[in-house]
Amino acid sequence: MPLPLLKEVAIMLEFSQQLINGLSLGAIYALIALGYTMVYGIILLINFAHGDIMMVGAFVGFYSITLLGSNIVAAMIFAMIACAILGVVIEKIAYRPLRNSTRIAALITAIGMSLFLEYATIFLLGPQQKVFPQSAFPLQQYEIMGLLITNKDIFIIVSAVVLMIILQFIIKQTKTGKAMRAVSVDREAAVLMGISVDKTISITFAIGSALAAAAGVMIGVYYNTVNPLMGIIPGLKAFVAAVLGGIGLIPGAMVGGFVLGILETFVSGYGSSLYRDAVAFGVLILILLIKPTGLLGKNTGEKV
Amino acid sequence: MKRRSGRKLAMLVMMTFVLSILAGCGGGGSETQDEQINVGINVELSGGVASYGTNSKDGMMLAIEQINAAGGVLGKQLNPIIKDCKSLPDEAMSVSANLVGEGIVAQLGPLTSGNVQGSTSVMMDNGIPLVAPAATAVNVTVDEKTGDIMDYIFRVCFIDPFQGTLMAEFASTNLEAKNAAIYMDASSDYGKGLAKYFKETFEANGGTIVTEEGFVKGDRDFKATLTKIKGHNPDFIYIPGYYEEAAPLIKQAREMGITAPIGGTDGWDSSDMVAVATAENLNNTYFTNHYSSQDTDPQIVAFVEAYKAKYNGKDPDSFAALGYDAVQLLVQAINDANSTEPEAITAALATIKDFQGITGKMTIDEQHNPVKAGVIIEFKDGGQVMKARIQP
Amino acid sequence: MQEKKRNWLSFGGEVLILAAIFTIVQYAITAGLLNQYYQINLASMVINIILAVSLNLINGFTGQLSLGHAGFMAVGAYASVIMTNMLGYPFIAGLLMACLAAALAGFIIGVPTLRLKGDYLAIATLAFGEVIRVVLQNIDAVNGPAGIVGISRLTTWPWLFGAMLLTILVVVNLVNSSYGRAIISVREDEIASELMGINTTSYKVLAFVFGAMFAGLAGALYAHYFYIIKPETFNFLKSFDILVMVVLGGLGSTTGAVIAAMFITVLTAVLQSFPAIRMILYALTLIIVMIYRPQGLMGNRELSRQTFGRIWGGRK
Repeated sequence: MPLPLLKEVAIMLEFSQQLINGLSLGAIYALIALGYTMVYGIILLINFAHGDIMMVGAFVGFYSITLLGSNIVAAMIFAMIACAILGVVIEKIAYRPLRNSTRIAALITAIGMSLFLEYATIFLLGPQQKVFPQSAFPLQQYEIMGLLITNKDIFIIVSAVVLMIILQFIIKQTKTGKAMRAVSVDREAAVLMGISVDKTISITFAIGSALAAAAGVMIGVYYNTVNPLMGIIPGLKAFVAAVLGGIGLIPGAMVGGFVLGILETFVSGYGSSLYRDAVAFGVLILILLIKPTGLLGKNTGEKV
Repeated sequence: MKRRSGRKLAMLVMMTFVLSILAGCGGGGSETQDEQINVGINVELSGGVASYGTNSKDGMMLAIEQINAAGGVLGKQLNPIIKDCKSLPDEAMSVSANLVGEGIVAQLGPLTSGNVQGSTSVMMDNGIPLVAPAATAVNVTVDEKTGDIMDYIFRVCFIDPFQGTLMAEFASTNLEAKNAAIYMDASSDYGKGLAKYFKETFEANGGTIVTEEGFVKGDRDFKATLTKIKGHNPDFIYIPGYYEEAAPLIKQAREMGITAPIGGTDGWDSSDMVAVATAENLNNTYFTNHYSSQDTDPQIVAFVEAYKAKYNGKDPDSFAALGYDAVQLLVQAINDANSTEPEAITAALATIKDFQGITGKMTIDEQHNPVKAGVIIEFKDGGQVMKARIQP
Repeated sequence: MQEKKRNWLSFGGEVLILAAIFTIVQYAITAGLLNQYYQINLASMVINIILAVSLNLINGFTGQLSLGHAGFMAVGAYASVIMTNMLGYPFIAGLLMACLAAALAGFIIGVPTLRLKGDYLAIATLAFGEVIRVVLQNIDAVNGPAGIVGISRLTTWPWLFGAMLLTILVVVNLVNSSYGRAIISVREDEIASELMGINTTSYKVLAFVFGAMFAGLAGALYAHYFYIIKPETFNFLKSFDILVMVVLGGLGSTTGAVIAAMFITVLTAVLQSFPAIRMILYALTLIIVMIYRPQGLMGNRELSRQTFGRIWGGRK
């Protein structure tokens, strides 16, 4: 039986526990936000379908584990490959034709694609949730100084950070990454420099979608269920996170993800759980009004 | 260049055009076939509660198939006409009108109270009975303002006051809980309604509610609020909601060291609970229900086996079971009335006594609600144990 | 002189046709020729027309993508019900309050968000729509998620017809006025428009407020026909439904919005037996229209008397 704690210690403990809760939630938002921010950075499109690509990844992971009996790593790899392909295909048939159209047109198409992925999945697999077998990722709990953390939490937080580091490396050090940066700064100049814009954009989508798929499998394993509409709210929240941190900036997605996760957790933990979603949207509205370039963003004027 | 607003002109022409088309193909589906009994199924197959609506429809279809295979009702086969009300009350109204036009003798569903209320005006206008499998709000069968009974609306499930009160009694009396936390589904009238009645009874018994929290449909991460609840150290936690959220919630609660007993409602009834939350975490949790799907009663066993056989090994949840019973109740009424006239069926429904459904033995009372026993089930090592059976 | 006389004659002719339509339908309803199913769908159709025309003002004519239209519908619905059912005022007061409340909401939301551009604006309006829904879900005075039930069924065909006519007339006249030209210039090239001295933000807000106001009107009519309103009904899926109508009809064509609204209402009714297909069709509609025919059915053309004249070989 735990000894009754001093009130101050109990408060500290609860605060720290909430911090950990927020970090693991934030890691998931961060992973999904990474994909959003990459795509936005390069073609200035809010890919509404990103959350649903995450959902497809989760389903691929699910079937990989239950039908093929793979372990979690193999499932993640399958999901990442499948969604990379899916992302490239979606870009090619739905977004590429609109590359020179208005942003509204591309946005509407993205909405359409999102709805299509959701309802095609419902049509093919039914609306009910599917349950991940517990054996896929057996739970291990650790207690450090009265704080509880599970191996799943650690896995998610560590993976998110590792993937971000890999991503930053790709962007800053490789030729592909250079091409991606070039295209996002000035598309026409990039063409003049001999960069294949189409290929670069496709690679961007592939990487972004693969990240979403990884997040999807992690969510599936962490919460044990997948359902066709699971991508909507996390997708929206991840977008808020990306904007919060600075859309188009990879560190921004990470920062935004963790900040939003912690903020939401504290609102639920110390305020009212009923208004948690409203707060997330409120944050979005505030950021857009006060500093649309986000926490890490720089202000660039609009060229005429 | 001035452009006159010939908008109006265009619009009128179009409207006349469309209206005439609609009127033209009006004749359509209003013949009732002599050899069949048309039964309308108006359920949520898309939208927010699609997963539960689909399960309910599955239960209904199983019942209809079994009945038809055994020769039908009064020598005629049941003809189910299924339409989707998209989890919206206005759509439910439109679907009901459509079904009435196709000559149904009764309607089954929708699932949620709001959508049933959407259908109500159509049923009342046309004198067609409706059997609701799972709508639990009190005002579904009784008009709140006037106290009038909705003549054509019936249900096979508990009403919120009954279930909420049941668990509150159990918590204060059997579990001797002095303070309780409520963590409800705040996005549905089901969760909020049950929380309200639980609170009333629990407080009337001298207990205190230490905190009321809410989650919304689709949530999967509850750790923040659970940490807060843990800080209050309640003797009992009440989770009125559906299993898609309840299962991960309980798992996370136990994982963070909340050992207090947890109570729930018939929305918990699904094998997903054990699959998601794990047997170990479900120890020391209880829920109110109509029946137990693990009951060894031959009628229930037969139902579960048949459901699994028809739907690829899936276990039925409470919505499927209630859907099944809704059909059976209707069929009982038709047999009692010895007629397929909606008025006769309605009269028969109002006076049903001791109907043995799989979700319990029920008698329809004056408010068109079933008087049936409630059970309290405890989860033990992944299995369901009947803890108490309470007659109203 | 002759031109003026012809205009007066055609004006009279239009009024006559309008009156005829109104009377025919009214008769059909009272004589019981239109069964309940058609009446319900007729009401839905008119409400959808009002929603589509009002959204088209914002998305089509002003070029600002608003994804939270259902939120304004909700504000109007709840405001009208509070007036009629809770405070006991007559229907017209409820409708007026709905328009006022929704217009106010449009103003409050519009002023800050319309400073944003393109996708940011879209997401901000989506967020606001959701905030409205979540807030309504948590207000116990209106029963939260259970919503309000048993609203008096005051919406009848005359009200519907009148409201629809009013909406279309106001929108068309707004678009054809100098305000309308300013609004369209904002859509065409906002920076150039700003340079020409047009206060783009105030015109955007104007269009937004009008659009919101009519959405509120539609919400009030909806509430008093379907007698139940829940916050869940006014979620972003509803906003997307209206968006599909506007996109299909043509961003910038009121005729298109009307036709598309009618078409989608009929399609929804027909697809009641095929649940998942409807949403897949909506999704494909959005994608295919945007890629292959972004101007939708009508582009930004309107059906006008001149068009009819040309079709029927009359004088220009």
